[in-house]
Amino acid sequence: MSDLVFDVKNITLRFGGVVSLNDVTMEHRRGEILAVIGPNGAGKTSLFNSLTGVYRPQEGTITLNAREGHPISVIGRGAYRIASAGVARTFQASRMFSALTTFENVKIGAESHKGLGAVGAMVRGPATRRGERESDQKTFELLEFVGLKDQANTLSASLSYGARRRLEIARGLATNPVALLLDEPAAGTNPAEKLELANLIRRVRDELGVTILLIEHDMKLVMSVAERLYVLNFGSVIATGSPAEIRSNQAVIDAYLGSSETQTSEAS
Amino acid sequence: MSTEMRVHLRRWLSFFAMAALIAIMTGPSGSNNAPVQGLTQSFAQPYSYFGLFRAQRWMIFFTFALVALGLQTLWRRSGGGVRARTAVLRQGFEAPGRRRATVLSAVVVVALVALFIPHLISNPGIQSGIVEQVLAYVILALGLNVVVGWAGLLDLGYVGFYAIGAYVTAWMTGRLPIAAPFHHPVSSFAAIPVAIVFTMLAGVILGAPTLRLRGDYLAIVTLGFGEIILVFSNNLTNVTGGSQGTNPYIPSFTFRIGGLKYLFGNVGYYFLVAGFVVVTIVLFRLLEHSRVGRAWTAIREDEVAAESIGINPLKYKVMAFAIGASVSGFAGAVTASQIGVVYPSTFSLYFSVNVLTLVIFGGMGSIVGVIFGSILVQGIAVYLRFYPPSGYQASDLYMYLGALLIMMMIYRPAGLIPSRRRRREIYQAEDGIGHEGDVLLGEQS
Amino acid sequence: MSASIISFWSTHFALLKSEFWYLVVSGITTGFLYGMVAVGYTMVYGILRLINFAHSEIFMTGAFAGYFLMRRFVGNNTPSGAQSILLIVGGIAVGALASSLMAAFVLERVAYRPLRKRKAPPLAYLISAIGASYFLQNLAGKEFGRNPIAMPQPYGNANVFTVFGSPFNQYDLLVVVAGILSLVALDIIVSRTKLGRSLRAVAQDTETASLMGVDIDKTIMLTFLIGGAMAGAAGFLWGLNSNVGSTMGFVPGIKAFTSAVLGGIGNLRGAMLGGMILGMVENLAEPFVTSAYIDVVAFVILVGLLMFRPTGILGERLGRVA
Ligand SMILES: Nc1ncnc2c1ncn2[C@@H]1O[C@H](COP(=O)(O)OP(=O)(O)O)[C@@H](O)[C@H]1O
Ligand SMILES: [Mg+2]
Repeated sequence: MSDLVFDVKNITLRFGGVVSLNDVTMEHRRGEILAVIGPNGAGKTSLFNSLTGVYRPQEGTITLNAREGHPISVIGRGAYRIASAGVARTFQASRMFSALTTFENVKIGAESHKGLGAVGAMVRGPATRRGERESDQKTFELLEFVGLKDQANTLSASLSYGARRRLEIARGLATNPVALLLDEPAAGTNPAEKLELANLIRRVRDELGVTILLIEHDMKLVMSVAERLYVLNFGSVIATGSPAEIRSNQAVIDAYLGSSETQTSEAS
Repeated sequence: MSTEMRVHLRRWLSFFAMAALIAIMTGPSGSNNAPVQGLTQSFAQPYSYFGLFRAQRWMIFFTFALVALGLQTLWRRSGGGVRARTAVLRQGFEAPGRRRATVLSAVVVVALVALFIPHLISNPGIQSGIVEQVLAYVILALGLNVVVGWAGLLDLGYVGFYAIGAYVTAWMTGRLPIAAPFHHPVSSFAAIPVAIVFTMLAGVILGAPTLRLRGDYLAIVTLGFGEIILVFSNNLTNVTGGSQGTNPYIPSFTFRIGGLKYLFGNVGYYFLVAGFVVVTIVLFRLLEHSRVGRAWTAIREDEVAAESIGINPLKYKVMAFAIGASVSGFAGAVTASQIGVVYPSTFSLYFSVNVLTLVIFGGMGSIVGVIFGSILVQGIAVYLRFYPPSGYQASDLYMYLGALLIMMMIYRPAGLIPSRRRRREIYQAEDGIGHEGDVLLGEQS
Repeated sequence: MSASIISFWSTHFALLKSEFWYLVVSGITTGFLYGMVAVGYTMVYGILRLINFAHSEIFMTGAFAGYFLMRRFVGNNTPSGAQSILLIVGGIAVGALASSLMAAFVLERVAYRPLRKRKAPPLAYLISAIGASYFLQNLAGKEFGRNPIAMPQPYGNANVFTVFGSPFNQYDLLVVVAGILSLVALDIIVSRTKLGRSLRAVAQDTETASLMGVDIDKTIMLTFLIGGAMAGAAGFLWGLNSNVGSTMGFVPGIKAFTSAVLGGIGNLRGAMLGGMILGMVENLAEPFVTSAYIDVVAFVILVGLLMFRPTGILGERLGRVA
């Protein structure tokens, strides 16, 4: 049982009359690349927001088991606490600190777990300076890892779509996460960038050992990267299984695949 | 009427309206008995400008308006060329390497001037005016800059902490109707750390529950806090001494080394407070470029994204608020000992708005900007206080400050010497880049 | 100990009992005035999401305009009968006119419109509003003196009738009539007319309203005109009973804003209701609280509301919730 990073049991999330998530149960195993797919408005982002403490489902439980043996309940905890517990994420519409450089964006992630430190900052003793050096070091490594080293001093607002996605991933990784949640990371990127992205996602898992939860519209990308999938439709899980199983699942084909093909072709 | 003519007419009208307004603002005052007199005499009164020419005021301002119109027309026609040619120069000053040099040389000049001011100005009134109205305000503005400029929170109750700092000093030195703690008055210098601790606590107590609020609501809540402090300091007569102020005099700082005793006079205070200014600058520069400063930037720009990397926004906001509060309390303690009396009438909203104006004018988030802005505005205020032009009343200052606030928001929202981050944020927000957050100037509806 | 507490409260309750109807009457008049000012805050907030900090100076403008009229036509006389009525109606009209022009053609044009055209973020408006408030307040102080001035009385303020032994004077009647008429008129305008429809459309979603063909600039101008007129009329009426002065707007302004929040900011009827509640609470608190601390009561209500129930009593109908 303890090999689950997220153990989601029967959550239901409503906004007024709208039911965004309807009795969703999901298991996310440590170390796997799991994908959540489904048509627009199916509730994928709502699920992400519930997992990260941004939304509070009215029913059900979400257990986060980031550091093994210390399970915590997600519902009712602030988003920053879930993040500190080891869950990093990216946003569907990328959210960087756009007046800061690429480097600064990632560095903020790298140092966000170190206490408050106002006094330390003003005294600037050896410990503070060591901390700064460590963060700089880590930031450089991560920028190198995601391939943004050359753009370290570029304003993040002037990065390309693909680069912004990678920046968000680097910023998330800088917080030393156990799990990384990616909300449509390939949206708005070109085919070459999609390939790079797929590689990057695999490397994050293989080299850094980070568990990955992926929302994606691009079926080719999902099918090539994900090891297991959940399919959402109108807030409910309609299927789960390996890519091959999903591909041949009639319910999924009816609900999703048909419409998604047209969607992706429209988008690109 | 064609649209072109209407545009022209508008432009002419607005220039003459501006000139008329300036004529009224700089003109003689009216009074309760003759309320229209100020208005009429602002236009129909012989007036000499630096003794150069003498005419009816309306003629002078009419001419001003015409000249200004002409200048604007010229600028519109050939301003592009001028700007293009000076761009090289400006970029030269603002290039990363040069900017530093520019700032550094400005700092050296200011430091040198500051060193000689007490010798250049011998009038003791002006000397103490500079300490309490310029130097103390630089510290105050630097403190408010942490709250407004860095954390992006509009604090209109800043004066409340200043008042608390001042009253704590009066209390510690035994100058309040209530006894000093442990019936043992201490020196006013020893009261400073206590004032800092009290105001910091007050900041945490006020901030922790209120800083979750939306920006505009927070402004009103802090305003309410400031007004409550004002009402109490006026009416809790047997604690604060009421509207008459504290009594007897709060002692000035004194130092005893062996048998020697040094009593801080005006010049002593000048250099001491100038020293405090320097210390504040150094500490806050370190703070700005620390992870705390970066966390504030992150929260200001996108609170949701900041939370997603584990930053607790409330904690950092409370911290900024408490730092601002303690700086305000510190300034309150220092000026209380310098002036010797604590009057409630000082603690009105006017005070908070005055400090806010300095931060906005200098450039939110920019230490250099805030310092220059404060020195400039408060320097002029002191000058006007001691050498009032005819028709000028002390309270007219707030009229000018109000106008300054509007003009800054319209023409230069990032301030006189903007912080680079802030300037980017403001213009990005206006271009629709970035996300909605509880941010002072980066928030979008 | 407990005996003294009981006697303390019993004297205060005795005071409340003896002055109850008197306090209720003044609560009603204060409430109407707060309500009339509060609708201005609420309308501007509903449309621009802006706390119009300078609204208190719009209120002051109306008071001064009415004052000048009284000064000119009353002087040292004590008018009566039809003359009184004419003067009072004139004072209200002039106050309303001056304030609405000030709000719509000076304040909005100079301090807000340039920011709106630039799509400046909301707190930039608030800072501009604070600047405008300080500017107008001190300009008035410079021109008209900084001490409070007594308004020449256009009427004898005789007693009209008594409620349970306490007087209901001409002033009270005047405020109640003016208050009811203006608030009802406003309600009809907003809920029944085409102008009202465009107002509500802009409040809900500016962009959509604009796409539907609503003239945004015009709607905003009308908002300021209406809100200004209400505040100006209230300013004159306020000045009639107390004084006129450059800083007279500050405290009533905060109280009216509190009323607007109390009723749910952005909600018109809420603002009227909030004004009435606050006026009552303040007056009925009088026997228990030293007069100097009455303002603290309002501030505490305001702070408490913003912290614990920012949507007010009737809900923040047009606004978003934090
Ligand atoms: N904050 C919110 N308020 C109201 N409704 C919301 C909110 N977030 C999501 N929803 C609703 O939940 C449903 C699922 O949305 P979402 O999770 O964004 O879908 P997806 O990411 O799969 O496209 C939609 O109908 C959406 O309108
Ligand atoms: Mg989504």
